[in-house]
Amino acid sequence: MVAPSSSAFGEAGFDRTEAARKNAVKVGSLSSSELAAYLAGGTLSIQTGPFLLAIRSSLPSLASALHRLYEDNSYALRPPFADFHVALDPVSGLRRWLRPQVHFTLDGQSPFQSLPRPQALPLLEWGLNWCVANHGHSFLVLHAASLERGGRAVILPGPPGSGKSTLCAALVLAGWRLLSDELTLVSLEDGALAALARPISLKNASIALIQARAPTAVFSASIPDTQKGTLALMKAPRDSIVRMHEPARPAWVVFPRYRPEAQTQLKERPKEETTIELARNAFNYSLYGRRGFDLLIELVEAVACYSCVYGSLDEAVDQVSALP
Amino acid sequence: MLLQQARSNRLLVRVAVCVEDRHLWDRVPIAVHPHLRAGLQLSLKQRRDVLWELQQIHRAWAALDCPLVLLKGAAYVAADLPAGRGRVFSDIDIMVPESHLAAAEQMLLGAHWIHTTSDPYDQRYYRRWTHQLPPLRHALRGSVLDLHHTIVPKTARIALSAECLFAEARALPSSSPYLVLAPEDMVLHSAVHLFNDGEFSHGLRDLLDLHDLIALFSRQAGFWRRLLARAETLDLRRPLSYAFRFLSRILGAAFPDAPRQELAAWLPAQPARIAMDSLFDEALSPDHIRHRGVRAICTDWVLDARGHYLRMPLHLLLPHLIYKAVRRKQGKEGPHHLLPLEKPGDIRDKPPL
Repeated sequence: MVAPSSSAFGEAGFDRTEAARKNAVKVGSLSSSELAAYLAGGTLSIQTGPFLLAIRSSLPSLASALHRLYEDNSYALRPPFADFHVALDPVSGLRRWLRPQVHFTLDGQSPFQSLPRPQALPLLEWGLNWCVANHGHSFLVLHAASLERGGRAVILPGPPGSGKSTLCAALVLAGWRLLSDELTLVSLEDGALAALARPISLKNASIALIQARAPTAVFSASIPDTQKGTLALMKAPRDSIVRMHEPARPAWVVFPRYRPEAQTQLKERPKEETTIELARNAFNYSLYGRRGFDLLIELVEAVACYSCVYGSLDEAVDQVSALP
Repeated sequence: MLLQQARSNRLLVRVAVCVEDRHLWDRVPIAVHPHLRAGLQLSLKQRRDVLWELQQIHRAWAALDCPLVLLKGAAYVAADLPAGRGRVFSDIDIMVPESHLAAAEQMLLGAHWIHTTSDPYDQRYYRRWTHQLPPLRHALRGSVLDLHHTIVPKTARIALSAECLFAEARALPSSSPYLVLAPEDMVLHSAVHLFNDGEFSHGLRDLLDLHDLIALFSRQAGFWRRLLARAETLDLRRPLSYAFRFLSRILGAAFPDAPRQELAAWLPAQPARIAMDSLFDEALSPDHIRHRGVRAICTDWVLDARGHYLRMPLHLLLPHLIYKAVRRKQGKEGPHHLLPLEKPGDIRDKPPL
């Protein structure tokens, strides 16, 4: 297997044109030992939406998880430039043998506490989210899921526990293209949404719920005892990954709220309230000042705004999919 | 690699400002542009935030009748100096005369500012021995303010009179109620802060700021003569001589002969000079050049010890260090100005809006 060097992304100007993308090779074409070797050697970079991530890790468990979850993503070896250089390494010292821990670093700096080794995969995913939320400033970054169908996108803002990831996963299984399950990227130029198409993070009861609906979907192993409970990651559908560079125009903002036994109800929400809630749910809103404010106003003016309290996932999927 | 180093040395914004000012966008690969533009945006936001914050602070001090002198980053931004554009900083530093310190503090406490440390030892430490109060934080806005009454600790072996600094402070071009230090004093403050404090976590950035200040002010006629004279008056010859030595060694800066020779004479004698060269070369280098492992740890330790020693005489320093060490063992100490490491999964580190 000839390793594609930086040719997948060109040289001068770090070519990320359509042509370069079409020629790019997928992670799935590597054997698991090749991937593990590149990952450990720090030569591997994976494309996730607008960001090329250089990832380094010596952990074999992480290599096999990435091999499955990022199978359809294009990769490059030693590209001339990567947006984020991250690493997931064991923490050195005596604890290495007693209760081994791992830590996440960006550019050599660790923004988080370390976690037990079995949590390496969720730590990586959190770390990658952190990079985008704190450094992905060419976009307004909202704490929201987003999906697209028929050229129009829905934004599902919500804090953890609102059920947005579960609803997001269910919509994906119902045929919506995944943009992101956690970070909605709004372009500052034109208000279009960019896709990340990374694995969807599911918690606790949602894991079994979604697995039951999608027996053929690819999941990571369940990881118990994280600070959010038991976690599992669901691979994004191939179609969503392959189309990660297609932007989408937002058409709806729906605030989901899961309440067991509740009557599923989609209600219109005033635009002023929606604007304020979106600002509250934006990571880098204050960075842009007036420009961020104007961008949000334009976005909300162009979309229909709802809140959706739901007790049944099926009903929620139907109602969102039926939005005019 | 440049971007990674820039980020970890806190120089990304500076690089972005440099690219923008010199119209170098064509020379930078397209893929890097979004990161630099983000840096520029951060620079704009920083300026907006600082000016707003200064306005709010002044409202709390409407009844305070004394000179209010901005220091460091806040001064660079308010005075529109080049050193203020590429710099991202988190605390605001303001100096008031010692006679008005208590009143200033009371007014701030009445305007939703709170102390960041309630520990009586720390409070006493700051108030008795140092040049500033313990940092204050605004309860709603989250901003941090360091209120100074001079620029070196009371206990330091430097015979510097704050009155001299106030006497020479300059008004700002706009109708701002604040003052800034005279150009020579700004340079000296930056030098003593860098070379005497023992904190080198962003040493290279601070050195670059110093370089910017000198590059700008040296265009004024008579600057060198005034700078050297002022260094003698304020007893800051040694830190200034280090400043010039390392500006040349690390940044390759060139200076006119006369001041250079006089400053060289203020450096320590040979054996000490070699030791200091080795320590500061290491401490002021960007991360990727710094040696890892034992040498780096030793360097940091020695410079930290030196910083402590310069700030406090031994008979005060030893009990202080012992007390701190005991408290750390008891788990009651935390780093001061650092944010606690975040828990992954909580990617919101502060309330938005």
